[in-house]
Amino acid sequence: MKCWVYDGAMTMIFGIPVQAFLGQLLVGLINGSFYAMLSLGLAVIFGLLRVINFAHGALYMLGAFIGYLLLTRFGIGYWPALILSPLIVGGFGIVVERLALSRLYDIDPLYGLLFTFGLALVLEGVFRYYYGVSGSPYSVPPLLSGGTNLGFMFLPNYRGWVVVASMIVCFGTWALIEKTRLGSYLRAATENPRLVQAFGVNVPLLLTLTYGLGAALAGLAGVLAAPIYQVSPLMGSDLIIVVFAVVVVGGMGSILGAIVTGYMLGLAEGLTKVFYPEASNLVVFVIMAIVLLVRPAGLFGRDA
Amino acid sequence: MAELTLRERRAKSSAWLEWTLVGLGILALLVAPFFVYPIFLMKMLCFALFACAFNLLLGYTGLLSFGHATFFGGAAYFTAYAVKVWGWPPEAGILLGVLGAALLGLVMGFFAIRRQGIYFAMITLALSQMFFFFCVQASFTGGEDGIQGVPRGRLLGMLDLNVSMNIYYFVLAVFLIGVFAVWRIVNSPFGMILRSIRENENRAISLGYSVANYKLAAFVMSATLAGLAGALKAIVFQFATLTDVTWQMSGEVILMTLLGGIGTMVGPIIGASLVVGLENTLATSNFPVTIATGLTFMVCVLVFRRGIVGEVYARFLEPKADAKD
Amino acid sequence: MSDAAPLLAVRGLNAWYGESHALHGVDLEVFPGETVTLLGRNGVGKTTTLRAIVGLIRQRTGQIAFDGKDLMRLPLHRTAHQGIGLVPEERGIFATLTVDENLVLPPIVAEGGMSVEEIFDLFPNLKERRNSPGTRLSGGEQQMLAIARMLRTGVKMLLLDEPTEGLAPVIVQRIGDLLATMKKRGMTILLVEQNFRFASRVTDRFYLMEHGKVVAGFPVGELPDRMTLLHEVLGV
Repeated sequence: MKCWVYDGAMTMIFGIPVQAFLGQLLVGLINGSFYAMLSLGLAVIFGLLRVINFAHGALYMLGAFIGYLLLTRFGIGYWPALILSPLIVGGFGIVVERLALSRLYDIDPLYGLLFTFGLALVLEGVFRYYYGVSGSPYSVPPLLSGGTNLGFMFLPNYRGWVVVASMIVCFGTWALIEKTRLGSYLRAATENPRLVQAFGVNVPLLLTLTYGLGAALAGLAGVLAAPIYQVSPLMGSDLIIVVFAVVVVGGMGSILGAIVTGYMLGLAEGLTKVFYPEASNLVVFVIMAIVLLVRPAGLFGRDA
Repeated sequence: MAELTLRERRAKSSAWLEWTLVGLGILALLVAPFFVYPIFLMKMLCFALFACAFNLLLGYTGLLSFGHATFFGGAAYFTAYAVKVWGWPPEAGILLGVLGAALLGLVMGFFAIRRQGIYFAMITLALSQMFFFFCVQASFTGGEDGIQGVPRGRLLGMLDLNVSMNIYYFVLAVFLIGVFAVWRIVNSPFGMILRSIRENENRAISLGYSVANYKLAAFVMSATLAGLAGALKAIVFQFATLTDVTWQMSGEVILMTLLGGIGTMVGPIIGASLVVGLENTLATSNFPVTIATGLTFMVCVLVFRRGIVGEVYARFLEPKADAKD
Repeated sequence: MSDAAPLLAVRGLNAWYGESHALHGVDLEVFPGETVTLLGRNGVGKTTTLRAIVGLIRQRTGQIAFDGKDLMRLPLHRTAHQGIGLVPEERGIFATLTVDENLVLPPIVAEGGMSVEEIFDLFPNLKERRNSPGTRLSGGEQQMLAIARMLRTGVKMLLLDEPTEGLAPVIVQRIGDLLATMKKRGMTILLVEQNFRFASRVTDRFYLMEHGKVVAGFPVGELPDRMTLLHEVLGV
């Protein structure tokens, strides 16, 4: 069956202009990049700390705002912000872990969820107070402006960069965890933190740094997001719930699973937007419901 | 949340004290509208019922749902639509809202029960968000505007609910019935099994209980009563909007229960009253409500996990109790 | 028995699991280069003693002196750095780490440990499987790995919890040989064992535990004379 037709003026695929189809897929891939980065951070934090970081969306928002403030208050541009903002957000995360989260490890993990929920509300509330609910623009850095004609479609350079950067970040983090000595400490501490401590590894410090890393990943995603989506206090809160659904679909046990699921669900959203635009923000939840029926542990889940 | 079994440890003398306090409380509620603005009191009662319903699931079954706004707001929509668009009398509208909430509870519970603990919470959140998106787009909800101007009507064709005192006592009666229902459920054999599931689910399974069915039943009961609160709210305030089905609303009822005391009967009522009162006060000031809510959450989780009533029980009624948190 | 000061001196060690009082004042000493075995029935507190010494149990009182230093005040992650290491009963081989990663996980806390190459020479079967996930090894191999990785760290004393439990006689023999080799190289060992015949081949002294206390101590040579006591206390 031929789904691809050359309709004289423009090529059609599944009855839709190829440009539009690929355009939506690209949007899906971009969204998927953010789903992957954020669910990766959530999975890393959950794996070691057993805390569901509800504040992850707010940290993402914080990262974007710090990028925005660095530019508007200090004239510090995009490229330095890509380093500075995650560092600042990571530092903030370290403080939160030291002061509060570390006290919650020995009790029911739902309290960790509730605490980070409160933190998310506070962060969002503070920024809403000063910036309202409308977004502030953040311009694309000059180096990445414009687009490239790939022949079959026109690719805005910045969006291409986001996909590449997110893949680097995701697979870099994966490599850090799966292939390095530090990563082996993390993986061992996830399995049996007390024994690893008894061996002489400073596990409490490891926990702090892990939360900091997760926060920094969220902050980095925020800076990457700033030129695409407006910088708004609300940008994290609706995103975090979709990321939760991504994590339920992927299963929390696997870093690679979180990454792959993020990209896949982003693409699924993009595809849905092409054929059923009204359902596009529901599709991730629908997939979650199906996965729950068929494979409750998640696609890559290790724990039941 | 297996830490609070305070009720079980109560001595007989405290039972007398409790019943006296309950009696005084009811008395206070009966005369309150002569001193306090009835609309405010009714708001408190609706949310107190919502929180009690939620606590049935959290405090007594040990399940944290992050999606209870779906039942509360969903019932509000169903009731508002039935009463305004179809012209149903209020009692029928409320019944529809309650049944709708029960159905939503059955569906959400069915999916959520398949995982435990943290995942359960995340699934309820995600499904609730799905319902929110559905409400944004569905025509019957009126989208961003919601359903406004819901008539109060006449209860059973007789009692004009537009009169403040009439509707107040109606809401009070429904509230008392709802809380009584929760109390009966909690203190029944069924409730005992729920509590054993909260304490140690694996042991309950090994004892032969089909734990999933019990959890689902508790979930549906909780959703139904939450729906009752929402349906009432639609009649009292005469509107239903998207705010009622947001995750922020789900978070609010968790806060009310946490602040008041998870696993206590009176705790959610006190927590709800405090939160509603606090929001009222803050509404006129410049201080954002979300920050206050968030801070309260953080403080409660860190240093005040037993909540107000929980602390009272621990301090005054069980002075030798372990402070193990 | 040497005249030197004990490397490990435990006095009046009490420990609790929550409300349950598990150790009722354990006293024991281990001198440098010695191998000492803790004997006792299941549940008397042998594993608890090891865990309390290392600091895995925090509800504890009493004195624990290692190499002259007080272990009681140290946070858990500092104890190993004093030169004392634990090979737990459950072995603690990590499923998400390869054999190689498991081997180098415990950080080097002092000089004098073996290098990775030396360890692989001693354990060629581990070398073969170095890139397999740790839990794909057999029980005996996992036990070898659990002991081997401590040899890299340079610890002066090892606490070994039931190393022969559930293992075939051939492997038990190899572990006995391994312990003898370690002893020759100067390692001080505190061994928890149910199998006192195995232990008597490697140990210098025994302590007998009952109800959370040490009730008797004697050198290995006196074992035949103590059989009645052993049968009583161990119920063998």
